[in-house]
Amino acid sequence: MDETVIQDRGISATFSRVPHSEPPHDGAIKGGVARSVKHDSAPRHVAGEAIYTDDIPELPGTLHLHLAMSAHAHAAILSMDLDAVRQAAGVVRVLTLDDIPGKNDYSPFFGDDPIFPEGLVQYVGQCLFAVAAESREAAFQAALLAKIEYAPLPAVLTVDEALAADLDLLPRHEMRLGDAAAAIDAAPHRLANTLHMGGQDHFYLEGQIAYAIPGEGDDMFVYSSTQHPSEVQHNVAKALGIADHSVTVEVRRMGGGFGGKESQPALMANVAALAARLTGRPAKLRLDRDDDMVMTGKRHDFRIDYAVGFDGDGRILGAEFDQAARCGYSADLSGGITDRAMFHADNAYDLQAARVTSRRMKTHTVSNTAFRGFGGPQGLLATERMMDEIAFGLGLDPFDVRRANYYPAEGGKVTPYHMEVTDSVILEMMDELAESSDYRARRRAIRAFNATSPILKKGIGVTPLKFGISFTTTHLNQAGALVHVYKDGSVHLNHGGTEMGQGLFIKVAQVVAEEFQIDLDRVKITATTTAKVPNTSATAASSGTDLNGMAAKNAAGAIKQRLIAFAAAKYSVPEEQVVFLPNRVRVGNEEIAFPDLVQEAYLNQVSLSAAGFYATPGIHYDRETASGRPFFYFAYGAAISEVVIDTLTGENRLVRADILHDVGRSLNPAIDLGQIEGGFIQGLGWLTTEELWWDKSGRLRTHAPSTYKIPTANDRPDDLRIELWDKGYNKVDSIYRSKAVGEPPLMLAISAFSALTDAVAAAGGYRVFPHLDAPATPERILMAVEDVKTRVRALES
Amino acid sequence: MSSQDAQSLSPAAVPIRLTINGTERRLQVEPWTTLLDLLREQEGLTGSKKGCDHGQCGACTVLIDGKRANSCLVLAVVKDGAEITTIEGLGQPGNLHPMQEAFIEHDAFQCGYCTPGQICSAVALVQEGRAHTREEIREYMSGNICRCGAYTNIVDAIEDVLGQSSTLREAAE
Repeated sequence: MDETVIQDRGISATFSRVPHSEPPHDGAIKGGVARSVKHDSAPRHVAGEAIYTDDIPELPGTLHLHLAMSAHAHAAILSMDLDAVRQAAGVVRVLTLDDIPGKNDYSPFFGDDPIFPEGLVQYVGQCLFAVAAESREAAFQAALLAKIEYAPLPAVLTVDEALAADLDLLPRHEMRLGDAAAAIDAAPHRLANTLHMGGQDHFYLEGQIAYAIPGEGDDMFVYSSTQHPSEVQHNVAKALGIADHSVTVEVRRMGGGFGGKESQPALMANVAALAARLTGRPAKLRLDRDDDMVMTGKRHDFRIDYAVGFDGDGRILGAEFDQAARCGYSADLSGGITDRAMFHADNAYDLQAARVTSRRMKTHTVSNTAFRGFGGPQGLLATERMMDEIAFGLGLDPFDVRRANYYPAEGGKVTPYHMEVTDSVILEMMDELAESSDYRARRRAIRAFNATSPILKKGIGVTPLKFGISFTTTHLNQAGALVHVYKDGSVHLNHGGTEMGQGLFIKVAQVVAEEFQIDLDRVKITATTTAKVPNTSATAASSGTDLNGMAAKNAAGAIKQRLIAFAAAKYSVPEEQVVFLPNRVRVGNEEIAFPDLVQEAYLNQVSLSAAGFYATPGIHYDRETASGRPFFYFAYGAAISEVVIDTLTGENRLVRADILHDVGRSLNPAIDLGQIEGGFIQGLGWLTTEELWWDKSGRLRTHAPSTYKIPTANDRPDDLRIELWDKGYNKVDSIYRSKAVGEPPLMLAISAFSALTDAVAAAGGYRVFPHLDAPATPERILMAVEDVKTRVRALES
Repeated sequence: MSSQDAQSLSPAAVPIRLTINGTERRLQVEPWTTLLDLLREQEGLTGSKKGCDHGQCGACTVLIDGKRANSCLVLAVVKDGAEITTIEGLGQPGNLHPMQEAFIEHDAFQCGYCTPGQICSAVALVQEGRAHTREEIREYMSGNICRCGAYTNIVDAIEDVLGQSSTLREAAE
């Protein structure tokens, strides 16, 4: 069809039949669901052409910003003399509290994250003021000239200190199932212990960045590397004292997010927008890596005390978990994160009777935030340690003790928050993995090896995983999409989700291609912007594809329905005789190429654009009674890891890991495998090498990759076998029966932590159970080995 | 990238000559400007990324006279006369380097931010001729962090190209 013909009103009025623009073909579409389609940005990634925020060509006059940081963990600010800063070469404007026209806050909800302090600083690295200069270097150099007078106050830095000081940041929460204390008391066997686990820096390769461009009137356009454009939009509007509709936030892609770009980017965006508003010039704020690591929130470190009663087979009769988290100085997302830790205290186990308590401790450290798993990994880790300890105490195989406790496939058992688990497949998966990984024989071989190896000790660990899918704050489970079909049959896709490398965009595009039955290259994926889809939730909680995929399917479905109605009326056939086939539509006995039907519909005044919406049905949680159905469904995984340690140095290596993971019916197996492997490696980092270390004055001393060790290619296990579970199927009506995959695999790395514990136990001839906290760095492993040997010697004497 | 031009440079700027992706460039460079900043901000070559600015993450890896280097640790002035190859110079869509093709083929990235550095590093690794096994590839690529953890596929891609190049070498011998 010729464009000029379409534009000609006279011809269109008499238009009756569109010829096929291409012959119909019978093959399936290229790139529908359930195919290993390449990441949409692949050709641009390998050529260095993919544009990230810092790569966007800068407008003339762009200013660069630097944030000055507090040197004290807790102090009153007596005075800030910034005269020398203002007079420094290249400085255009210094931004302080007095310059904020709106609200001095960048928090997601609680109003307790000041952009600039109001007389009080509460962590080392807290933003004091900002310098806008002609260059980044000038801004940085000028900030050094500030004279800040502090009156230091006592600082509480760790969970234990905060517990001792009774310094709660948020109200405590408790979940109860039956009478756990009575069950434990009556049990034939009991044990209790404590586990400390460290936090984790996101170390997204692309650091925090925002680039604000002032528009006419109140308008402000912000490029932000964020997982949550709507929240950045709202925060910028709030700080500038303008309506949300004046602010547009856009992000095409991030160089990694992992939760660290959910609430944190609002600070950078607010300051950049403020500078742009005050100077009328575009303003960019890109954090230096060290500043990023010092200033921005991390995974919460936890202390978890547990007590459990069990029978001689290791069957749990009751369990209690007292969780305490270091939240830092402000609430941020800590409420939801610590809730999720509680929601995962049961992992995959029917505890029968349980009490889970949570304390959210205030400390004078950076405000901890979302990180892949959102508290779930911490909740799980203590439970898995407990399972290992039960097995050790009874002299049983940890695999069998776990197996005795799984939620049954047939349902009927409830979690500590009173949700019935109806989709448990964990027993079947674990049995399959034990078989395929030759677990039993390898465990025997490891014991035999250890009996004759005085220095090197091997260990093996198993981890089943059940992870709840949905935002536990129920209203966040909503998403929108916008789909346009243009006259040539090409499709423009937009939705509220953001791309951080996880493959969300390609998966949602596959859904739209499948819905229209057109080749994937006919669907254009476009940057996330608050101007196209409003009021979105963060791309988080593993829910990106579940929510946005459904919203996009609904949008495409609405257009498709209009095309069906049009074709049925036009050709006088029943609607059920309009069938979308690959790249064409069968109408009665005729087949029409998709673009031709689209053109015809356009000429007949059919709307070819639709907004789609989706809200997860049937989920709720009542805080008062600590009960409900907070999750739409559960994702499951299984992992077995084998390690070797050097008992003289603590050096260690993961030599083999076997993983079986449930993604339901995979939308894109290649992308899902990548998420599983990447999540596992990231979890391995959290539990073995990545150590955040603050000194006694509250300064983070591991603030660069020189001191903070992220897994490299060499830390990947020598033998890593990952399979998608071929029986995976989502029992609830999720997008094409797939399951979320972003966060769950991170927790599979707990199997490596279990294996390290097993290897340390071997150093003491399996006589005493090790005290090994996370991360299990070589140093901690060595200390645990020494401790085990000391205790064994004490037993012998 | 910045719109910084020659006028905004300080009097300390010195003239140097670099061949960047095959094109000879005569440039005025302040002595403290790193090669990475020169590429990104003066030359508009934003494929090389600033990850940590400490030479510890590898996102800024480029080839200097064929050898890989962290361009954030190299002062541009000391490379006067050198030949620089960035990711943009290795190949472009439609005319990709075999290593770029292999990275696509093996899904050897997720967020893509480390990818230009990984590929430049991998191209040099193959040329160095030191890596022959997967273990050696992993060891010699451990200066390039991938936070998304796509290491298996990265090593697969490199092994693939390494296999092709050693086959070629054997054929030539």
